[in-house]
Amino acid sequence: MSYFIQQLLNALQLGSIYALIALGYTMVYGVLGLINFAHGDIFMAGAFFGFFTAYLLKLPLIPTLILSMLLASALGIMIERIAYRPLRKAPRMSLIITALGISLFLENFTRATLGGQPRSFPKLLEIQDFTFLGASVTNLQVVIILVSIFLMLVLRYIVQNTMIGKAMRAVSDNKEVLALMGISLDTVIMVTFGLGSALAATAGILVGLAYPVIDPYMGITVGWKAFIAAVLGGIGLINGALVGGFILGFIEIFAAALLPSTYRDGIAFTILIIVLLLKPTGLLGRPVIKKV
Amino acid sequence: MSLMQVENITMNFDGLRAVQNFNLDLQEGELIGLIGPNGAGKTTVFNILTGVYIPSQGTVTFAGENITKHAPWQINRSGIARTFQNIRLFDNMTVLDNIKVAMNYQMKYKMFSAVLRTPKYRQEESMVLKESLEMLQLFNLVEKYNFLAKNLSYGEQRRLEIARALTTKPRLLLLDEPAAGMNAKESEELMHLISWIHKKFNLTILLIEHHMPVVMGICQRIKVLDFGQTIAEGTPDEIKNNPKVIEAYLGEEVDH
Repeated sequence: MSYFIQQLLNALQLGSIYALIALGYTMVYGVLGLINFAHGDIFMAGAFFGFFTAYLLKLPLIPTLILSMLLASALGIMIERIAYRPLRKAPRMSLIITALGISLFLENFTRATLGGQPRSFPKLLEIQDFTFLGASVTNLQVVIILVSIFLMLVLRYIVQNTMIGKAMRAVSDNKEVLALMGISLDTVIMVTFGLGSALAATAGILVGLAYPVIDPYMGITVGWKAFIAAVLGGIGLINGALVGGFILGFIEIFAAALLPSTYRDGIAFTILIIVLLLKPTGLLGRPVIKKV
Repeated sequence: MSLMQVENITMNFDGLRAVQNFNLDLQEGELIGLIGPNGAGKTTVFNILTGVYIPSQGTVTFAGENITKHAPWQINRSGIARTFQNIRLFDNMTVLDNIKVAMNYQMKYKMFSAVLRTPKYRQEESMVLKESLEMLQLFNLVEKYNFLAKNLSYGEQRRLEIARALTTKPRLLLLDEPAAGMNAKESEELMHLISWIHKKFNLTILLIEHHMPVVMGICQRIKVLDFGQTIAEGTPDEIKNNPKVIEAYLGEEVDH
């Protein structure tokens, strides 16, 4: 039983990281119809922002987190402004290729300037163990899960209840009409990139704290998995990203717990393929019915 | 007082001249009809007036400001709202949220104060809710505030689209074939609705319409387009008896 609870906590921890990143994919997809392949690298950049803020400015956890979120938002907004906005009217394929290019650029630029060797992330939290229902838990796990859930709730609140949130939902519903409501599409897209990047940066720092090494390529695998989580839940849907993230976290942890751990990615992807075969729009996605 | 001057608008699409030398002088408070056979360029004129297209030549001046090259959202903020021939709502949002979105830019609060639920945020949000419900009440949609827009009937969707356009507080309302797809009774009700809006909101209205009874019944002046050119202009009676119009447009109707 305690082993089960132990794994449950691990799954929650991993799932909340996936969910935080998946939110960025799904939000950008919602407003632009773009799979932002550079998003995993924003997660990486966020971890490095946290690294430098903590080392150079010697800030504690919360200020590090806030400053890195702001920096990552600025980076996300800048990428959109420079690379994606000029292509707004170009074919979708050009936009996707640009996103892949930005992804490679961020990885290699980071490697070229900071070097490719892994760096150990500063310990911003005094790790303490305690026992919970027989399972050994660290305060770090609790922090990761709580911070993630808190931010997800904030985001949901913004999207559901604020004017900018309504505008974001309106964009994903009908882009052309939005302008006739006196709302600038550019502003909505900017806010979307800013919010998504801030969440990715949080995930980067939480990963840095949990597995205390970071490197320029850390965003690739995690980024892909988060993208998968978003598709699994139903891309474009906020709740879909949350559901997909946690499900993927659970599958991976329990696959590794029950089978040799090398199977975990294989099993995760197999389940993804099965779900998409049965429900191509994702778990929460509604089937697309085209009227003719 | 003159509200809008459209001067010598020409619109070319790769060699196709959709609109040629179009002129319009709208006085504050007028209700004007724009008619013409299919493909005459009526909707193109609307797209130019709302900033969707930038005309190849000519200028659009609204309330003393040259808006020819303004973006659609800026033009909406200057006070022009429109509806579409094929209804365009935010289908997957509720009726209430469709209206609330239209109030978006009138809001002052920032995202930050929304998260903290400051008094300013709550005050503005309750004001928005109150005004939205009042608007829905006027259009007899208040009972359906929680329906998704796509689940409304056709006539209700049309009313919601007009209500949403009015929520942006326009001075000029452009209606693109609001009676499209309606039967005689529905279009008569719509005619009354448009007249009523015109007085109640103290608006200037430019109306594209195919249903002649609607146009003739409520418009003070009518402009007729054919193949991108203005072929006639005048009061409903003058238009009815204009031989060019009968040839281009009404003639077709008489045939069957």
